[in-house]
Amino acid sequence: MPSTTLLTKELPELQYEAQRDRFDESWRAPLSTLLGLGRAAGADFVEFFLERVNYISCLAEDDGIGSVSPRLVTGAGVRVFRGTADCYVSTNDLTFSGLKSALEKALAIMGLNLPGPSAFIPEINLELFRDYATIGNKNNWLNECSSMKEMGDVLLAANGKLNEVAAHVASRRAAYFRDWQEVLVAASDGVFARDIRLTQSVGYSLLCEQEGDRASINKRVGATNNPHFLRTWQYGDDAQEVAESAGNMLHADYVESGNYPVVMANEFGGVIFHEACGHLLETTQIERKTSPFSEKKGEKIAHENLTAWDEGLSPNAFGTIDMDDEGMPVQRTLLIENGILKNFLSDRAGCMRTGHPRTGSGRRQGYTFAAASRMRNTYIAPGDFTNDDIFGSIEKGIYCKKMGGGSVGPTGEFNFSVDEAYQIENGKVTKPLKGATLIGEAKDIMQRISMSSQDLGLAAGFCGSISGSIYVTVGQPHIKVDEITVGGR
Amino acid sequence: MPNITELAAIATQKAQSLGIKKFDIYGSTVDEASVQVDNGDPKQVKASNRASVMVRVWNDDNTMGVTTTTDVEPSGLESALQLAQEASHFGAKEHVADFSPAAQEPLPEVTHRQVPQSDISTLLEHLKGAEKKLLEAHPAINGVPYNGLSQRDTARFYLNSAGAMRQEARSLSSVYLYSKAEQEGKRPRSAGAFRVSADLAELDIQGCLDETAEKTISHLDYDKVETGKYRVVFSPEAFLSLLGAFSNLYNAQSILDKRSLSTEDSLGTELASSLLTVTDDVLHEGNIGKTAFDDEGTPTRPVALIENGILKNFLHSAGTAKRMNAQPTGHANIGAKVTVSPHFYHVSPGTPAEQTYSLENAENVVYIDDLQALHAGVKALQGAFSLPFDGWLVNKGKRVSIESATVAGDFRELLKAIIYVEPNAKVTPGGVCPHVWVEGLSITGE
Repeated sequence: MPSTTLLTKELPELQYEAQRDRFDESWRAPLSTLLGLGRAAGADFVEFFLERVNYISCLAEDDGIGSVSPRLVTGAGVRVFRGTADCYVSTNDLTFSGLKSALEKALAIMGLNLPGPSAFIPEINLELFRDYATIGNKNNWLNECSSMKEMGDVLLAANGKLNEVAAHVASRRAAYFRDWQEVLVAASDGVFARDIRLTQSVGYSLLCEQEGDRASINKRVGATNNPHFLRTWQYGDDAQEVAESAGNMLHADYVESGNYPVVMANEFGGVIFHEACGHLLETTQIERKTSPFSEKKGEKIAHENLTAWDEGLSPNAFGTIDMDDEGMPVQRTLLIENGILKNFLSDRAGCMRTGHPRTGSGRRQGYTFAAASRMRNTYIAPGDFTNDDIFGSIEKGIYCKKMGGGSVGPTGEFNFSVDEAYQIENGKVTKPLKGATLIGEAKDIMQRISMSSQDLGLAAGFCGSISGSIYVTVGQPHIKVDEITVGGR
Repeated sequence: MPNITELAAIATQKAQSLGIKKFDIYGSTVDEASVQVDNGDPKQVKASNRASVMVRVWNDDNTMGVTTTTDVEPSGLESALQLAQEASHFGAKEHVADFSPAAQEPLPEVTHRQVPQSDISTLLEHLKGAEKKLLEAHPAINGVPYNGLSQRDTARFYLNSAGAMRQEARSLSSVYLYSKAEQEGKRPRSAGAFRVSADLAELDIQGCLDETAEKTISHLDYDKVETGKYRVVFSPEAFLSLLGAFSNLYNAQSILDKRSLSTEDSLGTELASSLLTVTDDVLHEGNIGKTAFDDEGTPTRPVALIENGILKNFLHSAGTAKRMNAQPTGHANIGAKVTVSPHFYHVSPGTPAEQTYSLENAENVVYIDDLQALHAGVKALQGAFSLPFDGWLVNKGKRVSIESATVAGDFRELLKAIIYVEPNAKVTPGGVCPHVWVEGLSITGE
């Protein structure tokens, strides 16, 4: 701990020996001094976020390894609040002087200056070190992950399997990445917490071609907190699924545009809720006044058959974290219950600016971004219907079996593409269709999700927004949307 | 951070101590600051000073490994070289990347402007002023939810163990404004604009806010569009974004990977209407981000892609050029797998048009101003797109905003369905392009 009588002029004489290759208790003294310095300058709140990343990706193309790409990252960000306005400065320099320079810059931007040489630097009594990495036995995870050789072996075997089961193959790829991240958060309210996150993903990209027709199908699976993820990948099942989808879509007709009832499959079908509603429940959207749901807490915003959650706790799910990037333990947050809006997703700044309580949702891609309210594992809860009930209720419609990506705009209009679709005729799934895009307005569509099945499934995804690209889970059971605009030809 | 000369010396010394004979390094530094405002108050201010380098190492079997690191101190560089050396044993065995044969050739003359950064208070004053004027532009405009003003100084370098060494640095300022308007009983509407400049003092903030206001107001009077086939006019920005989404058409690496709509035999074939000519012109005077060399150190140069509808050239790295018996074009992105990407499109009329068109006279034409969600709605390997857009239905110069619609088609068919490329081009941050008229695209509305 720094001395309680530390003066500003004594700073150059301080010799801190924080561990360079690990965030541990040795970071308490320098960070608490810097936090005190920030408070002495007049900041209302100061937070440091330190990050180390050991990332590697591996790509198999047809029967060879195309690339192995390791990346090492170290960096830090300091966030300074004055009232509800804030400033964020990031740097690669994790030395005491480097972090102090970043702090000084942030303070200067906020119109604050370091106190004079004879000013005392107030103590910041950081909490007992909350070390989720040690508590969760994560410190050795990196060594337990697959080696470069094993990555190559698994991907080549997987790509070989895909070649066995797929027809009319033009190009096949299997890609893997491992993202190991160590983070430390220290803040002037006493937060002092560390965690290690291990996120891995592997998947296929298959391009088939015959007689001028093409089909491109991607499939990705992902998990957190499992060093053995790659070596236990059941690639045979995924190869079969990808090959079957590509075969079905290769000569599919283009969808006829119009307004239809649609059934959206479980797992990645949950992107509809993510785009059409989830983003609009983040306090970053409330702050910008770009959410139609801003003033609707406690009111009915969705069909009474719809309940939805966002949480960071599902074992091994892609959006699972022990603490958020502001050091808060994650929660299970009920978003909508039987159509009634219950909660928003809130980070520290969102809480200050909107009054909605923090939910452990402050997330960021890395040290160059300030945390913002973001989703984690977000899904529609299982309902009371069966898949037969849902399909049987449709005379003519579209079954969206595999979704692509999507987005939502500032007026609540959303869109997403469908990678694999089928016609529904008299309750039966019939011919394959391609080229569909679904568009609509969030507050309309939420009222039209009228039936939820019981087969809840989660899928790994990536979400890009104000604080960068983060790992999330989307999910749902099979659902019915009574009517939606389908763009096609 | 060490300067490039120091970095080269450190890398050479560390490589020698690790027994590494052949390596190269590509790196960059960024010093940036940005502001956002909310109703006259600062919302978030960001600043960042960071560096990143990628080292590539070849082992005695001539396989190559890479590592990227943000730690450019001697110990960090040593770790990166070690990891790259380890990775080299598991890298590609065929078509292994090599130094560009042009990495020591003379560079084109490119004047990079480096401008001292203004202080944050100046940025905030500019942005607050723009936000205020935008909010005053029309009673219906009730917010500018997305806005930002930023300054960025970047420096980049390339060096290799054969003696190549290049570097360049430049400044960039940018502003974006995205306003939202609401009227009683109507749906919210929005629009935005973006500007870049080397120098904040020359940044067209007024033009950005004028364009944002004009577009937002124009969308207040909206209606549904009937589903059907339409003659479509693409704004310069919209056409450039579509062209970029299908860049695999002339990307040599994509072609070699069999992940392109073209093949090695496509050169000389008719790709588009003869009315269209497209050049990738990184050195165009309107390109604020012009660069003299690519990530492999190859000098950049203009490359004719489509001439009067005919596919003329592919974009190359050193590796693709070698495999396809061509010259590197200066479009490489370094990595364990070197990729290729365009710099700055220049779209212009090809053969003279027999018939000209004008929005003042055209009837029932869809004007697409901005294409959205290209990451989701473009199937680049299939040539298909289905995209939401902002735009207007135009009848003899009178335009009505389209409420919510998508445009869909096949990009190669679209290129052949071009009926007019207007003569006057607009310089945008992503390229130079005029309005482009296309016959018979599918629009889904109501």
